[in-house]
Amino acid sequence: MKEIDIRKDGLEAVRKQSGGDVAVTGCLGERYIGCGMKDGILRIKGTPGNALASYLDGGTVLVDGNVQDAAADTMNDGLLAVRGSAGDALAYGMRGGRVYVLGDAGYRAGVHMKAYGDRKGILVIGGRSGSFLGEYLAGGTIIVLGLGYEGRDITGYFCGNGMYAGTIYLRTGKAPLNLSDKLIRRAVGEDEEEQVIRPIVEDFASVFSIPAASCLEGGFIAIEADSSKSYSQLYAAV
Amino acid sequence: MRRFRIRKDEGCISCLRCARECSFGAIEAGEDRTLVFHHEKCTDCQRCVSCCPAGAIFITEDGNRFRHGSVFTDDDIREILLQAETGGVLLSSMGASGKDIPIYFDRLLLNASQVTNPSIDPLREPMETAVFLGRRPEGIQRDSEGRIVDNLPPHLELRTPIMFSAMSYGAISLNVHKALAAAAEELGTYWNTGEGGLHESLYPFKGSTIVQVASGRFGVHETYLNTAAAIEIKIGQGAKPGIGGHLTGKKIIGDVSKTRMVPEGLDAISPAPHHDIYSIEDLAQLVMSIKEATHHEKPVIVKVAAVHNIAPIASGIARSGADIISIDGYRGGTGAAPKRIRDNVGIPIELAIASVDQRLREERIRDRVSVIASGGIRNSADAVKAIALGADAVSIGTAALCALGCHVCASCHTGRCAWGLATQDPQLTGRLDPEKGAARLINLVNAWTREIKEIMGGMGINSIEALRGNRMALRGAGLNEKELEILGIGYAGE
Amino acid sequence: MKKEGEVRISSGCAISGIFCRNGKRITGEAIRKSIAVMHNRSNGLGGGFAAYGIYPQYSDFFALHIFYDSQSAREETERFLDKRFDIINLSKIPVRQTPKIPDPPLIWRYFITPLPHLLQDSQLDEDEYTSRAMLRINDSLKGAYVVSCGKDMGVFKAVGYPEDVADFYRIEEYEGYSWTAHGRYPTNTPGWWAGSHPFSLLDLTVVHNGEISSYDANRRAVEMYGYPCNLLTDTEVITYILDYLTRKQGLTLRECSRVIAAPFWTTIAIKDEEERSRLSYLRKMYSSFLITGPFSILVGFRGGMMALNDRLKLRSLVAAEKGGTVYFSSEEAAIRVIEDDPDRVWAPRGGEAVIVTLDKEAAV
Repeated sequence: MKEIDIRKDGLEAVRKQSGGDVAVTGCLGERYIGCGMKDGILRIKGTPGNALASYLDGGTVLVDGNVQDAAADTMNDGLLAVRGSAGDALAYGMRGGRVYVLGDAGYRAGVHMKAYGDRKGILVIGGRSGSFLGEYLAGGTIIVLGLGYEGRDITGYFCGNGMYAGTIYLRTGKAPLNLSDKLIRRAVGEDEEEQVIRPIVEDFASVFSIPAASCLEGGFIAIEADSSKSYSQLYAAV
Repeated sequence: MRRFRIRKDEGCISCLRCARECSFGAIEAGEDRTLVFHHEKCTDCQRCVSCCPAGAIFITEDGNRFRHGSVFTDDDIREILLQAETGGVLLSSMGASGKDIPIYFDRLLLNASQVTNPSIDPLREPMETAVFLGRRPEGIQRDSEGRIVDNLPPHLELRTPIMFSAMSYGAISLNVHKALAAAAEELGTYWNTGEGGLHESLYPFKGSTIVQVASGRFGVHETYLNTAAAIEIKIGQGAKPGIGGHLTGKKIIGDVSKTRMVPEGLDAISPAPHHDIYSIEDLAQLVMSIKEATHHEKPVIVKVAAVHNIAPIASGIARSGADIISIDGYRGGTGAAPKRIRDNVGIPIELAIASVDQRLREERIRDRVSVIASGGIRNSADAVKAIALGADAVSIGTAALCALGCHVCASCHTGRCAWGLATQDPQLTGRLDPEKGAARLINLVNAWTREIKEIMGGMGINSIEALRGNRMALRGAGLNEKELEILGIGYAGE
Repeated sequence: MKKEGEVRISSGCAISGIFCRNGKRITGEAIRKSIAVMHNRSNGLGGGFAAYGIYPQYSDFFALHIFYDSQSAREETERFLDKRFDIINLSKIPVRQTPKIPDPPLIWRYFITPLPHLLQDSQLDEDEYTSRAMLRINDSLKGAYVVSCGKDMGVFKAVGYPEDVADFYRIEEYEGYSWTAHGRYPTNTPGWWAGSHPFSLLDLTVVHNGEISSYDANRRAVEMYGYPCNLLTDTEVITYILDYLTRKQGLTLRECSRVIAAPFWTTIAIKDEEERSRLSYLRKMYSSFLITGPFSILVGFRGGMMALNDRLKLRSLVAAEKGGTVYFSSEEAAIRVIEDDPDRVWAPRGGEAVIVTLDKEAAV
């Protein structure tokens, strides 16, 4: 495995390395690591800066610690896996690929995530998320496991506000705080849990080498848009 | 609610062409080849009038009106009635209809040379309209041999200072995009995808294409960013500053869905802000992340609506690493916007350009960036005036659509455009032949460019950069002191 | 070109703060290192630091840091001060000249205390007496600007990148228990140094990242209570609001946070009854001081520090703790650079103030 010292070799060295299995060491706030990457593996040591893995188009970015704001921005494909926590605006506008965060996510995770064709954004947060999770959600799947927050609120306020497609799954029995009346909350049946949630969570667990069973304990609820309350009804054409 | 009246005269040959052409259901064929008029559905798009082989059909304002003399106009009352019935936010399209907001272009007069220096005949003498848009470094660098090193970042090269404004596939048809792309390539200028992605068939026009990144990030991926001459970050547009977008699921069909990468039938909603830009340093971050994703090979444009604080905003953008600032004025068009926003938010482009240009000069950074003006450029004289106020180039949206048939009926938001422009209905989009459309766009821009040369020649200016910010070329008429001050010009006769 | 104050300049920014609960005084090196990591969040048009506990030998006196445009402005201001205060000590603030910080004004420091008989006649407490005099200097003495005027604290700011500002002021030579820092990204050239942050009044200092959308509603409200806003910056208005609410209205800082970053009504509605009525009261009572739009602020005060985000949390803010030391910053990397193994790292929620104060023994 090749090693790049980001402080010494700079971002350009990372850009040129796409394709291989590369450790990027000494990160301390350097932005745009893995930006637009199409293949290969980056193993990030330290605390990378904002816009990590933005426009990620394939390949894998693994982070030992925490990531800052705007990680996986407008991501199209590939995997970002963060063993620590993520800052705000995680996976904004993400269309495809997987973003796994073992710890918590900040405000506005998964805003305007979408799906198209065989692409489908998948965001799994092991801990809890901040407010405005999945705001404007236009497709894809968000799962919040709330590991370590059992029995407590795991999404903050305004979860799923303005979402119009896609699904948010929460491993809790509690309704999110002040859920919008344009959304519906429903229990998740066994079939759906087996077919939709389990494969994703098992993959998540295997990436971090943790037991999947504890991530699936207890039931899930799902949040979806109420299709009878579409935004088109807001307008009157002059 | 009825606004127009459809009439025919005795010349009608009952060919029913008008009924076939009307996409709004205002004219229908009745029994025995008669015509049935549903006046309330007419949008005054003039398609029937243009197509009638006998010249026998007319659209007029409806003679009936509400009682006048009140503070409340016909439109006020009509809109209240509509909202009382529907509870809806009024939706409109095209540019602002605020009638009492001055069109400053019409109050500016251009200069010409007499005696003290010669005017130039552009048909016989060299006359340059080429514009280079992009960033400039603060100073020169020399190599060890003392030769100047080319340290200019990537620039856009335009043969004429007229570009095509951003209009998304979805808001307008693929045929319109095809016409714009082909025309831009032939003209040596640029067209702009808007926020709906770039159809694969247009990838060959890469060198003439500006791709847009807006808050919805529709169709944005690494390949998209790299299939362009430049990337534009759209923060706002003149018709609806501060407002997001909503392309109804009805228009997300077939290739629109594929190009936007949004499933068929699902609404495409653009958030009001970019949720990764809440501050000026966040903009710098997005500019840099796009440059990273495109290997620092392409200029990045930041497009904003002209609003009250436009001068400091532009100054901030200039410092964000962006290469080009695009400013869209109050009268800029749209495929759909809440009417109250369209008509009440923002400021005219003339004032915006003047204050931005002035502020950037005070900050000594005007030469670092380029500035594009848009929003109500109707003809070549408007373009010249915008450049003399301080723009490097202008871009045209509504004028380009007019070249393709649009009669500005402001019904784009209905998706039923009878000219086949602002619609995805295959029955209608076929009405525009992209090749013929391109030819018309080329004609229009060539004609304007010739007129610009005539005007420049008259002033004794033979290169467009000598016109940029040359405010002595302008004088005001019918403007007050404050307006003259903001525009930075003298009064006619002064 | 218009100076800041004649024109409103919006800014983006980076902020950072270090607070030693045990009262341990650390040099300015750490805060310099922290803010320098976020170089990209500034654009070289403003940087500054606030430090508490740096003048223990003068801790009973108001410490003034003043910018002067000219010697005559200094002479006039000193005459003004002399009439109202006992000037215990005065000197130029030592600086290290650097080409990165061009055109500095004259920068002076004074330790003063109100003249006892005038203070008594004024029927004001010494804070109010002093703050009025300082606001008057800033409002009416041309070419003079009071940068800070609290006790045992001071503000060091300039036009430049924050790390260069630190070098210029030799902040590594000061020792304090509490430090905040600011790197500024204004949209315009500010024209003068006063517009840089931190902004302060008496012991209160504010560094701020964001641009508030309620600005002019807040400004006009606070001006009504005798706070002329000369800089037209968000930081100035936030500082004055906090001074007004704490010192004049007697609110605690936590209550202030519920005023300026008041929860949404829908959020208030799901609180328990006592909390609901308290929050409703504060929102209704002080509606002029609700601040909307993005902000993350660090408020320094004597013996403590408050970190607060706007209620939507539109700006980033990370907190961390190691032993008795608390860190705040716009980016986690700016904390890791000075403490690579914190006990705890967290992101405070929008509108939820984090307030840290000196331990009891240290506060004495």
